[in-house]
Amino acid sequence: MSPPLLGVEEEGQSRVSSPSVECISHNGLGIRERNYLGLSDFCSVDSSGVPDDNGNNLNLKATELRLGLPGSQSPERETEHCFLNSGKLDEKTLFPLLPSKDGICSSFQKSAVTGNKRGFSEVKGTIYTEKKWMGHGAVPDSQSLQPVSHGKYSVAQASVKKDGPANVVQEQPCTSNGTKVNRTDISNNSSAPTANRAQVVGWPPIRSFRTKTLTTSSKNNDEVDGKPGPGTLFVKVSMDGAPYLRKVDLRMYSTYQELSSALEKMFSCFTLGQCGAHGTPGKEILSESKLKDLLHGSEYVLTYEDKDGDWMLVGDVPWEMFIETCRRLKIMKSADAIGLAPKAMDKSKKDC
Amino acid sequence: MNYFPDEVLEHVFDFITSHKDRNSVSLVCKSWYKIERYSRQRVFIGNCYSISPERLIARFPGLKSLTLKGKPHFADFNLVPHDWGGFVYPWIEALAKSRIGLEELRLKRMVVSDESLELLSKSFVNFKSLVLVSCEGFTTDGLAAIAANCRFLRELDLQENEVDDHRGHWLSCFPESCTSLISLNFACLRGEVNLGALERLVSRSPNLKSLRLNRAVPLDTLQKLLMRAPQLVDLGIGSYVHDPFSEAYNKLKIAIQRCKSIRSLSGFLEVAPHCMSAIYPICGNLTFLNLSYAPGLHGNKLMKLIQHCRKLQRLWILDCIGDKGLGVVALTCKELQELRVFPSDPFEAGNAAVTEEGLVLVSAGCTKLNSLLYFCQQMTNAALITVAKNCPNFIRFRLCILDPIKPDPVTNQPLDEGFGAIVQSCKGLKRLSLSGLLTDQVFLYIGMYAEQLEMLSIAFAADSDKGMLYVLNGCKKLRKLEIRDCPFGDSALLEDVGKYETMRSLWMSSCEVTLGGCKSVAEKMPTLNVEIIDESEQMEFNLDDKQKVDKMYLYRTLVGHRKDAPEYVWIL
Repeated sequence: MSPPLLGVEEEGQSRVSSPSVECISHNGLGIRERNYLGLSDFCSVDSSGVPDDNGNNLNLKATELRLGLPGSQSPERETEHCFLNSGKLDEKTLFPLLPSKDGICSSFQKSAVTGNKRGFSEVKGTIYTEKKWMGHGAVPDSQSLQPVSHGKYSVAQASVKKDGPANVVQEQPCTSNGTKVNRTDISNNSSAPTANRAQVVGWPPIRSFRTKTLTTSSKNNDEVDGKPGPGTLFVKVSMDGAPYLRKVDLRMYSTYQELSSALEKMFSCFTLGQCGAHGTPGKEILSESKLKDLLHGSEYVLTYEDKDGDWMLVGDVPWEMFIETCRRLKIMKSADAIGLAPKAMDKSKKDC
Repeated sequence: MNYFPDEVLEHVFDFITSHKDRNSVSLVCKSWYKIERYSRQRVFIGNCYSISPERLIARFPGLKSLTLKGKPHFADFNLVPHDWGGFVYPWIEALAKSRIGLEELRLKRMVVSDESLELLSKSFVNFKSLVLVSCEGFTTDGLAAIAANCRFLRELDLQENEVDDHRGHWLSCFPESCTSLISLNFACLRGEVNLGALERLVSRSPNLKSLRLNRAVPLDTLQKLLMRAPQLVDLGIGSYVHDPFSEAYNKLKIAIQRCKSIRSLSGFLEVAPHCMSAIYPICGNLTFLNLSYAPGLHGNKLMKLIQHCRKLQRLWILDCIGDKGLGVVALTCKELQELRVFPSDPFEAGNAAVTEEGLVLVSAGCTKLNSLLYFCQQMTNAALITVAKNCPNFIRFRLCILDPIKPDPVTNQPLDEGFGAIVQSCKGLKRLSLSGLLTDQVFLYIGMYAEQLEMLSIAFAADSDKGMLYVLNGCKKLRKLEIRDCPFGDSALLEDVGKYETMRSLWMSSCEVTLGGCKSVAEKMPTLNVEIIDESEQMEFNLDDKQKVDKMYLYRTLVGHRKDAPEYVWIL
């Protein structure tokens, strides 16, 4: 299971800035390097054997606080991965690794996985309260609370502030639970506001509409490698012999046919160029239909690398399953595609 | 003193359009008051609870345009609970019952229900213009009612509202006979729209000057719309994603080139950066560019775009432009007056997108700068002092350092001197928002120098009551003061309660004021509503006057306590 772990840590590190504020507050220092270590500490804390009880507490706490939490996908996953690192099978059931779609049936799933429904200020309210607990130092497992709030924080920081009735309803239980604690810590807060500045309600002063819209936008425009959002799914497409790669958004298409046509158009220039360079037999001008033949027919085969790192032939599984597992695409020469496409074996090994 | 017949005075007053001036005119004498009130058509009410609709109607029977603001400013940042108030229905109901021929309604931070919209649409024959900013409580059904019933609708402008999108066919509800649209802005709607209906609507609206689309309008529809409306002055693009080699994109390029009147561009809610070159032809004429909802646009593509915009006067951008990008702005946009830099990732510290350097560059290059909203990672006193020297014309200066109590990272000092330089240099400063590590000293400077200051926002600042006192004593023109998480207590609050009657409102949350202090203000000043907002049910259990108050909002009013406050709001 090492690749996923590595993947997690990379992802975690790519998120170094998110819990950094958290770490500043806990350590009381403003040194950024510290935070970086603090972050990896976080992940390793989870991956080293966290005692069952703590793990469960983490889990349950996370569930409680998460109910209806709006959040972006990536931090969700990160937290999920970290929890999984502690090797809890229960967590798997609570946090299934399905990419969330808007139409998720089970509401529990919704709240646990997507967390797309809860008001940001609720989380803030809870983190705020948690922070108070830590500030008091009266909480026995402050250590275990730390990672939770880290997790909370990384969820919260990308989560969306939401005005809405749900807000008020859910805020009340939180604040009433921590009322007394809130009180004293508000005054503490004003004298020692260095703690947890980004967890404070209403700071930075950005309209909740803007925060929500930007969260959706950044999901859609996310082109970072291997970080697909629900809106887009960009994967690299390479072609044998082409000088550079392209990227396609798999969510733009709904069938293999559409993908195939798009790729044809994208790579037509390379095919033409290539054939020109090698001197196509005959002076035929390559038309789109010829191109199709090239791709569909003998010369090229469309393959993809799936989550497990295996190269598979495109077209075997249903489209939806395909886009979930596809990591990159490759337009291979059929000669190289032996073992993938039975057709390819029959074809000659001519270049273009 | 009346040397002229009323009609002449009325004609003279027609030239006086500013609200402040008309208010002054009405105070001169009884006869001027009378003439002014009958001729007044536009009324601005900054706090909907300061007056009642009945009194408004009684005083201004000729009312045609009403602007109302509801919730306090900090409601934008989730500091005010959801159902605190600001309901527009009673206003529309009262106006509907009267003989007011309402034509324009502009609302900000109010709760607007579908019922209100429906009533509005059916009650005023000549209703022409609806502008909703940061409002909530309505769905696309309400919009459908407006579309269907307002036969002479010219303007439907929805800015940053929380709309429950039922994905209905509200656009289709505009009847075929509706050809009067001048402005249509539905960028904030999140759901699908009927693209065919939209195209037909635009086709039959020859006067359409402003069109702002939402994310659901794809590029090829945009191209069709632009072909039908080359007269547009203000365009908001929804989705701008397409293959640059496609037919639709080529058509778009042609369509855009025909739109020679576009001066204002916004949107790009979804953007494919490699398609931006189509926009270049219109960039040279732009005076307003709003890319603050386009995080997909950054780096070189963004800079290249900006380099084409030499006439820009207002720029709203995300901080992914970086200091370097701001340098490009400084070199290119010599006419720049207003700059807003929003954070693209507000909660991720360490992504130092813009710092004091960017601001200094802009201030050096854009000397006409007078309005600033700047979210940054850090700020130094030296930078602020330089900015103050470069740009003495600031009217609005709002600085938000993402870490609210961060000192000057170079000197480790508070930012008192920097802000002090700003208020000292910018004699016309009307609005100021502070952040960073600040002591009482900055408030002394503000009290001393900020003579024109009307609105001040303070958070996590000051050491003692002195800070608040400096401001209350010094800023004679102060109208709105909003404070959160500062150590200001009762002695500051109670020092000069009469001052609050000269102001629109005061907000204090997470400060040191106590219940007793607030009660004292309420007792001494019956013309103020002093509201305590406390959702934690604490107020029920603990009525101790020494109890610190979580949120207090007080405002002057002519109509006493409001009747629509929820349970957790206690009006003293």
